[in-house]
Amino acid sequence: MEEPIKKVSIVVSKGSLEGIYPGLIMANGARMEGIEATLFFTFFGLHAIIDKKMDKIKVATVGNPAMCVPSAMGPGLPTWMGAIPGMSWFATSMMKKEMELLDIPPVREFITMIHDAGCEIYGCKATVDMFHLTKKDFCPEVDEVISVGQFYEKSAGAQIIFT
Amino acid sequence: MAAKEYAGIMLELDADGNLANLNEWNEEIAKELATEEGISLTDRHWTVINYMRNEFKAKGDAPSIRKLTKESGVDTKELYALFPGGPAKKAARISGLPKPKGCI
Repeated sequence: MEEPIKKVSIVVSKGSLEGIYPGLIMANGARMEGIEATLFFTFFGLHAIIDKKMDKIKVATVGNPAMCVPSAMGPGLPTWMGAIPGMSWFATSMMKKEMELLDIPPVREFITMIHDAGCEIYGCKATVDMFHLTKKDFCPEVDEVISVGQFYEKSAGAQIIFT
Repeated sequence: MAAKEYAGIMLELDADGNLANLNEWNEEIAKELATEEGISLTDRHWTVINYMRNEFKAKGDAPSIRKLTKESGVDTKELYALFPGGPAKKAARISGLPKPKGCI
């Protein structure tokens, strides 16, 4: 039998709703299975843990040829229409409704739940410096801001997943 | 399908090793299932088990972790402490239910 996965280290690098959730769901799912998990947020992925931004995460409707209306199997939304003001807000509210039905929590609640489940949460030092952020800008669940070297140290023995 | 003896009764198990028939479950069986998972049941465990069984009977699937933490009265941290190594999965097994199907 194959060796079961014992530890995962998940990198979230995108700040859109569809860029953030896969990493959160995978981290939570890992803990549910008894797998050790670490979340590392970098570049715009940091928005998921910035106190003032995390409740305002939106679906990216520009440059997304897979965007369909009114639901996933509906006709494709012409890509130029994704740029119409309010489109991102609309797509976000539709998706949030569907997520709530599946019991997928909003970002802030999800981060708390994942942290309470024993997953460590880190911010990327390079991005924090580049964006002129400090530890105070983050939600309290963030354990530490770490360098890429520390990230690899903490990921020892883990499968690294980049999203 | 596999079968195993719990609390003196031969019980059918599903592919995940959970009870195939939730009506055969009783508290003695729960204790033995818990022992297999290395858990000795306390009142707090029973709060989770009773909530899970009621939810399953009402909805046809075991509750998500989010639902568990919001409605059972046991929060996420305690849930992981009570059922180390996978709370939803282990609590479902001890409760005589199939493995939860949801992702959350």
